[in-house]
Amino acid sequence: MEITGAEIVVRCLQEEGVEFVFGYPGGAVLNIYDEIYKQNQFKHVLARHEQGAVHAADGYARASGRVGVALVTSGPGATNAVTGIATAYMDSIPMVVITGQVPTAAIGLDAFQEVDTVGITRPCVKHNFLVNDAKDIAATIKKAFFIAASGRPGPVVVDIPKDITINKAEYDYPKQISLRSYNPVTKGHTGQIKRAVQMMLAAKRPMIYTGGGVILSNASEALTKLVKLLGFPCTSTLMGLGAYPATDSQSLGMLGMHGTFEANMAVQHSDVLIAIGARFDDRVIGNPEHFFQEDRKIIHIDIDPASIAKRVKVDVPIVGNVHDVLEEMIKLIQASHEKPDANALKTWWTQIELWRSRECLKYDRGGDVIKPQYVLEKLYEITKGDAFVTSDVGQHQMWASQFYKFDKPRRWINSGGLGTMGFGLPAAMGAQFANPDATVVCVSGEGSIQMNIQELATCKQFHLPLKIVLLNNGYLGMVRQWQEFFYGNRYSESYMDALPDFVKLAESYGHVGMRIDKPEDVEGALKQAFSPEMKERLVFMDFRTDPKENVYPMVPSGKGLSEMLLV
Amino acid sequence: MENEAGALSRVAGLFSARGYNIESLNVAPTEDETLSRMTIVTRGSDEVIEQIIKQLNKLVDVVKVVDLSEGRHIEREMMLVKVKAEGSWREEMKRMADIFRGRIIDVSDSTYTIELTGNVSKLDAFLEAIDPSAILETVRTGASGIGRDDRILRV
Ligand SMILES: Cc1cc2nc3c(=O)[nH]c(=O)nc-3n(C[C@H](O)[C@H](O)[C@H](O)COP(=O)(O)OP(=O)(O)OC[C@H]3O[C@@H](n4cnc5c(N)ncnc54)[C@H](O)[C@@H]3O)c2cc1C
Ligand SMILES: Cc1ncc(C[n+]2csc(CCOP(=O)(O)OP(=O)(O)O)c2C)c(N)n1
Ligand SMILES: [Mg+2]
Repeated sequence: MEITGAEIVVRCLQEEGVEFVFGYPGGAVLNIYDEIYKQNQFKHVLARHEQGAVHAADGYARASGRVGVALVTSGPGATNAVTGIATAYMDSIPMVVITGQVPTAAIGLDAFQEVDTVGITRPCVKHNFLVNDAKDIAATIKKAFFIAASGRPGPVVVDIPKDITINKAEYDYPKQISLRSYNPVTKGHTGQIKRAVQMMLAAKRPMIYTGGGVILSNASEALTKLVKLLGFPCTSTLMGLGAYPATDSQSLGMLGMHGTFEANMAVQHSDVLIAIGARFDDRVIGNPEHFFQEDRKIIHIDIDPASIAKRVKVDVPIVGNVHDVLEEMIKLIQASHEKPDANALKTWWTQIELWRSRECLKYDRGGDVIKPQYVLEKLYEITKGDAFVTSDVGQHQMWASQFYKFDKPRRWINSGGLGTMGFGLPAAMGAQFANPDATVVCVSGEGSIQMNIQELATCKQFHLPLKIVLLNNGYLGMVRQWQEFFYGNRYSESYMDALPDFVKLAESYGHVGMRIDKPEDVEGALKQAFSPEMKERLVFMDFRTDPKENVYPMVPSGKGLSEMLLV
Repeated sequence: MENEAGALSRVAGLFSARGYNIESLNVAPTEDETLSRMTIVTRGSDEVIEQIIKQLNKLVDVVKVVDLSEGRHIEREMMLVKVKAEGSWREEMKRMADIFRGRIIDVSDSTYTIELTGNVSKLDAFLEAIDPSAILETVRTGASGIGRDDRILRV
């Protein structure tokens, strides 16, 4: 029996086992919305802005490991979604975004609410499709989910003209799909893996550097096993935090621009650097010329060949899925009669402990002004380190990454690659939908939170009991910090004047608001917010923090990893 | 690559977005109508070429990428040149076309249109060999390439 294109879309989503579609209706998707109305297999979450919808789908994907799904209308719906799509693209997050398009016959005629969605999104998607025929919808959506989730994940856009959603076709959802031009590898090259293991066992000053790829491939357990087996130090990028337990003594914390002294020094002085699902980002390695070390060997495991040897030369490239490669390494190490060089490792750890004793994250506890770091330490304590924490972009993001110790993967959710202010609140909604009983915290700044503040209404409608920790320093703090360090204290447009009363604002959306001005009130406020009485409520905590606090350590841009500014 | 709408713009977009240079690009369907074949001429260090190949391979519409310059290959480009063919130039242009094994494919009282095929440098050499003030118009296809002997690009 033939059914309409809109029915096909909905049936496909059901077939994929989609739980939530985050979206916003409009003319071009009315037929699809009409079919959504008639079903109850998946839930539609009405965001208050398309950017919010896409970030929520993204947050859902990051927290659950499943493909996030968003649905928006043509024209402004699609352009509003672009920031969300680009955010997911930069962090390799699997997502399918369905966009409405004007009817086929109107395409190219500057029709009402027409934009070239496929053209606009082309540089920030893993792939995109324009569907030309109702009979192609099912196969296209199948391909979209397959491409989004396999290999190096990423967002896929499916643009569907309105007439296609009303035309009829036979519905047949393919069980399997194969694409001759798309065959991501999984298993790494055995010879290369052997070479890498030999190099690792022979290392005197080894260092493991992990990234988002470990989380994307669900390889936390394998990673932990490997690191324990070898006894090597381990650092992570901003995107990989939680893949290896931060509270373990072999963890040196984050590396890079705002990474720890010990992690950056150890990376710079290592003789064998093992990069696992990390892409040698400029925020991580600083100046590539300074980063380069003649006598250091680099092993790089990544599923995307284009990530390897992109920014640095690599001695042992291994193209493959982190999970499979690490399992194979573990087997080889266990079977080998060679062991890591215990003496060399002992000397290396002595050096590392010396760097660690510098206590680079220590901060001046201040007097009667709230230190942002203190709020985060208390947040960590009170949530027992077990919350899902999303963040926006700025100083608060860096402090959250430094002071909240993530022991589990998928608990730390932030926009690293694009650095999108406005990500935190909608992403927290997605994380809460994925984990309805978990504690979900959004750490934000007064600048960032105002970029998607409208989502407080979505939280009300869907009873999402998020806890918002606003580190309100009255400044676009990260910008202010750069202006202080590199622009002679000329604070051009970085003061956030005319702030709303966040307590009243939260209340007007039907939530609980709190304002905290004094250090001695921090703990009490947090305890109250996380108390059983507040379990069902969204609590918005407006912490007035030190406007002048800076993030340390810092590798100024253009400098090398060992040229950090310390407190 | 897949003979699909949008495939060309993905490739062109990749080059401009990543700042790779394109000296020429030519594309047309093959004997298998689901596939088209594109020849791109680009320049860069070994590292840049390696990145270009990897990035091209990542495009879902791209089925296979080979670097023809890694082995023995043939490269041909076709050019149409309209030249002045008045007075003494009429004889001269005919002679130059013959030397370069070109063909005059259209004639008017005052012009010749010459068709010339060869590798890029041969076409360049032709343009250098004739008086620049005689050239009225040129149009070139960009290079197409194919491996020599049994070097075959098949899907
Ligand atoms: C204000 C600000 C400050 C920042 N400061 C820092 C900083 O100090 N330190 C820092 O580290 N970052 C920092 N960042 C983040 C930085 O911009 C990058 O986003 C981040 O460093 C990239 O992390 P990654 O290398 O883990 O790569 P990701 O973007 O997480 O990429 C993952 C890599 O893994 C690969 N991969 C994916 N799936 C698999 C799989 N299954 N198997 C194998 N490989 C796979 C991918 O191909 C890719 O190469 C900052 C960002 C902001 C906004
Ligand atoms: C959408 C967007 N616009 C601009 C920026 C540049 N930017 C990076 S951090 C920052 C300041 C953020 O201020 P706030 O949210 O108050 O956080 P703070 O740094 O004060 O903790 C700005 C403007 C950005 N990352 N994203
Ligand atoms: Mg601020």
